[in-house]
Amino acid sequence: MNNHTAFTSALLDPALPVPEGLLDGFGASAGKRFSVYRNNVTVSLIDALHEGFPAIVKLLGEANFSNVARDYLRAEPPSSPLMMLYGRGFPDYLAACPPLAKFGYLCDVARLEFALRESYHAADATPIAPQDFAQIAPEQLAQVKITLTPSARLITSAWPVFSLWRYNMQDGAEKPIARAESTLITRPEYDPIPHLLPSGGDIFLNAIIAQNSLEEAASQASEKHSNFDLSTILSTLLSSQAISHLSLEDQP
Amino acid sequence: MLDANKPFPSLPAKSGVGYKPQHFAEIMQDAGPVGWLEIHAENYMGDGGRPLAQLRHLSESFPISVHGVGLSIGGEGALDSEHLARLRHLCEWLNPASFSEHLAWSSHESAFLNDLLPLPYNTVTLNRVADHIDQVQEVLGRQMLLENPSSYLAFEASDMSETEFLRQISNRTGCGLLLDVNNVFVSATNLGYSPQAYIDDFALANVGEIHLGGHDEDEDDAGRPLLIDSHGREVIDPVWALLDYTLERSGVRPLLVEWDNDVPEWPLLAAEAERADAALQKALA
Repeated sequence: MNNHTAFTSALLDPALPVPEGLLDGFGASAGKRFSVYRNNVTVSLIDALHEGFPAIVKLLGEANFSNVARDYLRAEPPSSPLMMLYGRGFPDYLAACPPLAKFGYLCDVARLEFALRESYHAADATPIAPQDFAQIAPEQLAQVKITLTPSARLITSAWPVFSLWRYNMQDGAEKPIARAESTLITRPEYDPIPHLLPSGGDIFLNAIIAQNSLEEAASQASEKHSNFDLSTILSTLLSSQAISHLSLEDQP
Repeated sequence: MLDANKPFPSLPAKSGVGYKPQHFAEIMQDAGPVGWLEIHAENYMGDGGRPLAQLRHLSESFPISVHGVGLSIGGEGALDSEHLARLRHLCEWLNPASFSEHLAWSSHESAFLNDLLPLPYNTVTLNRVADHIDQVQEVLGRQMLLENPSSYLAFEASDMSETEFLRQISNRTGCGLLLDVNNVFVSATNLGYSPQAYIDDFALANVGEIHLGGHDEDEDDAGRPLLIDSHGREVIDPVWALLDYTLERSGVRPLLVEWDNDVPEWPLLAAEAERADAALQKALA
């Protein structure tokens, strides 16, 4: 007995007939009544995507967004009851969607929006205080390893993703200009904040995330970007409470 | 071990509301007649952040009911053990006054459909639902409440009434029942039976909580009224009347107002809770 297979298929594909064995309570077949469930599924999932990707809604327009979201939910319905995680595959779906292929930035803006949502629900952590750096002996500072808080996220992109996001989400924000932008998301208390990273910031943070020392991460960034400024990015990490731990390899 | 420190061992027979984060500050300042809160379990299964912080604060001041919307107890397949583990984790952390879920399914194979979907009522489904409830109660280590659904259609494969089905499930598993009188009104209108007769036949002694909510009106292919359980507006007068009818027979119970879509400003929701409170007072008198 696989009644739910037929029911599920018909919920997700409006071209399929209403499943057999359904009644209207008055002796006839259910007919339009099945559409209530079909509609609930479709509308609630479009709404969830709408809420989760507000900048993509702005970029595509409401009607276009709803059409794309409808196609996406039919292709990739949620795989878990945790709706807070629904849409992880939406960025890649946008990238692979033929009519949207010329808007290559959509995928990365959607990745940024999903990362904001992940950050919002990430585990709490106590950030280090700026003076914790002062506890480390100057000669050891280069060897320090930094652990970011669980709510920190790094989004690298060949597109001006941060500026596109901000232009669509904040009144009066500057227009994006054609350039590559990387974004650091931090969550000082409960609200995630995207920060535009200075040049080399993505290389530095990727090296930090890979547990390289401060010196090694800074040198990787400087190699590619001679204007990389370590103090600016450390200041951003500290002021936005994005560091949970400092460690020195040689110490227990 | 947790029970020793449990501030709220059970839901009070007062009015409660479905908690919405936008009402946090007002509820913490002055909840008016609201004596307890219900949360949707799945919204509090992240690792941290504001949702869990708010819930921790709320749980220090109010009894909390955890209401699951994603366990798919009526599903054909096995329960999702990962999801059940998440529910256990939430209940161990929060130690809520109550846990409830729906007589419905929402997942099939790898897909979660984000709706409460219907099932036929017969021996096959009775055994399946009872087994699933046994499993839930065993994993959570507590009694759960099972809620009657809103129905838009019926099944050829059904051979017993919903009230009979719920009574047998409750007797067999020891689970309590959550009676949603708006769902009764919606289903009775949609499927052409008397809502009062449904209440008369319901296992009221096993009811641990009552729900109220708003619904929308549509029509089916034959032009008959088709009510949609939308939780997006005030409870209508005939549902308040059905609540009075129920309370006269059941006695007072924890009574929840649900408003999940087009969520209003706090004063409007508080006014609904006030009206629910008045219905309880009337039933006591």
